[in-house]
Amino acid sequence: MRVGLEAFLILSAVLFSLGLFGAVSKKGAVQVLMSLEVMAVAVNINLVAFSRFLTPLTMDGQFFTIFAMVISAAEIGLGLALVLAIYRRSRQSEVTGLNELKG
Amino acid sequence: MPSTVDGIAFAVLAVALVGGALGMLTTKNIMHAGFWLLEVSVAAAGVYFLLDANYLALVQLLVYAGAVSVLIIFSVMITLRRREDAVRPRDLSWQAGLLALAFAGMMIAAIAAYAWPVAGMPAGAPDLVAFGTRLFAPHGWALPFEIASVVLTAALVGAVWWSRKEDE
Repeated sequence: MRVGLEAFLILSAVLFSLGLFGAVSKKGAVQVLMSLEVMAVAVNINLVAFSRFLTPLTMDGQFFTIFAMVISAAEIGLGLALVLAIYRRSRQSEVTGLNELKG
Repeated sequence: MPSTVDGIAFAVLAVALVGGALGMLTTKNIMHAGFWLLEVSVAAAGVYFLLDANYLALVQLLVYAGAVSVLIIFSVMITLRRREDAVRPRDLSWQAGLLALAFAGMMIAAIAAYAWPVAGMPAGAPDLVAFGTRLFAPHGWALPFEIASVVLTAALVGAVWWSRKEDE
């Protein structure tokens, strides 16, 4: 069996959809962040696959992936700090409980 | 690498990735979800090895499987008062499922319909030395790299600021 670019793209599309499903439907803030991580992994696989198949010599997608990893590491760090701050204020970390700004 | 090995390795990693994500979504225990995320990260590193992105595979293992998973598992443990709090309802809504299914169907249809200009994997990927040379080339990726380190520092300071005690 030969694995082409399409196989990697479809794998990453399926993984992204699973992450999207979790990010939209989960109610715990930490679980939403976990789903976001799955989506980030799917996007990175997409970038690396494009880089390997379309620009194998310049490796542009791999550099994009490095910066995407930096951003998502920053995002998860800030997100978890925010979850801890919310937990310290209101003793819970449910997304549905965060309705103080509701008019 | 012979193409048959490629296919088997890809199938194993694909099952590990999708199965890990499904396990993360369907488990009732948040701790188990954290460990499933760890498994997904390790499988993603395997996919990077398959795509000859050795440096990225190592970064994936160090940053995601190492740091991010530990961070998530620690914050789960901090925000749980009792052991029973780890078990919670699945929270899977059919509207979200519909959205995800529509997105997946659209993406897969678009990927299958497009005529990709490459048939197989091009032979010979540049090695780690070429990767580093391009990353730190003065007119290449050196400036974005430095900006990324500023972003990381800002995120670090912000995370410390947010998670400090309120009454200080």
